[in-house]
Amino acid sequence: MILWWIGNALLLLVVLPVVVYLLRGVLDAARSIVPSVNGIAAAAGAGSKDLDAVPLLLTTQDQVKQTVEVVANYGGSLDAIVDDAEEG
Amino acid sequence: MPAAGIVTIIAVVLIVLALVYYLVSTIVALRQISAGLDQALAGVREIIEKSAPVGDVVKDINQNLDAGVDLLEGLLVKKAGLVDAVGLVEGLYPGAAAAGFRNFPDSRTVTPPRISEVYTKGTLTLARLGREAPIAAASPSGPVLRNVEGGSLEARSLYPENRQTRPEKLPRSPVIGTDAPVQYPPSEQRGGTTPGEAEIREKGPWAETAAEGIVPAELGGSDAPKEMLAKDPQLGSPALGETTGSDVPATEEGIDPSAGDEADATSDGGPEIPEGTEPDLKDAAAPPRQVDVDSADTKDDSAT
Repeated sequence: MILWWIGNALLLLVVLPVVVYLLRGVLDAARSIVPSVNGIAAAAGAGSKDLDAVPLLLTTQDQVKQTVEVVANYGGSLDAIVDDAEEG
Repeated sequence: MPAAGIVTIIAVVLIVLALVYYLVSTIVALRQISAGLDQALAGVREIIEKSAPVGDVVKDINQNLDAGVDLLEGLLVKKAGLVDAVGLVEGLYPGAAAAGFRNFPDSRTVTPPRISEVYTKGTLTLARLGREAPIAAASPSGPVLRNVEGGSLEARSLYPENRQTRPEKLPRSPVIGTDAPVQYPPSEQRGGTTPGEAEIREKGPWAETAAEGIVPAELGGSDAPKEMLAKDPQLGSPALGETTGSDVPATEEGIDPSAGDEADATSDGGPEIPEGTEPDLKDAAAPPRQVDVDSADTKDDSAT
């Protein structure tokens, strides 16, 4: 009978606090992840929205081609008009 | 049931309750995490999809820009020379010359000349555009592009100013007249007589010009050697005429000197005409014929 009471005492004074402590730690860790995950989701959404302008790169690509062509034509004309630098 | 058994059951129930509470709370938190991760994954997938073509497009843009840079660098170095090109870049973008030109490794070792301190952008552009630019015009002092003082002066003189303060020393105007430090005696005389000192005093200072001549021969006057004259002089001796250099009258009778300054060639010159002699009119113009006059009168009458 004494051993039973000792077992009860250990159950209430040691096992129960340890179980509660460990479970609370797990719960706190899980709850702390939630805001971080929400922040990541918001950042991903914002990043995706920022990339909405990516299709404009196709326009930029085309305009850069045209600009370089114009520069090439202009440079060719200047090459014909302006004398070369004197050597030495 | 003994009391110890009841206490045991209560302890077990408490432990189970604690387990249930915390495990359920943990499950709820994990589900929130799962939902958040799903949301984040959707955003990441969008990012991946949208950024997929960026690499190829940017690569193509860079290739085109590289071609443009190569073209402009080559053209600049070809037209301005490596040193001036580096100086030009340094003038426009201070510090950029240290990086040099991408296709010209030697440009990193070039000490950039201080082009921007001598030329403004506009002047430099004019100078680069061709030899017709004012700053690039031929100068007896040498090419101003390499003349720092001259180049700066030329650049500043291109811009108007309310009060002319530059250049500081203008060449002095030539001094003419009898008091001129350099006298140019006339080497030829064209028309009229050379005024003497008495005539100059009488007629005034303007007569001095005639006394000293217009342009001396050594400065390219009309009587200069042929090699100094233009190929096609506008006026030569046949057009200007020249004096005989003699006081002897050109005609046999000459002009009656008694008339002085009031002399008139029609009354005071020419041969003595005997009384009653008809004038010689063989060279005079003939009047219109009478039939022509009558015809003109008839036409006028019919017209009115």
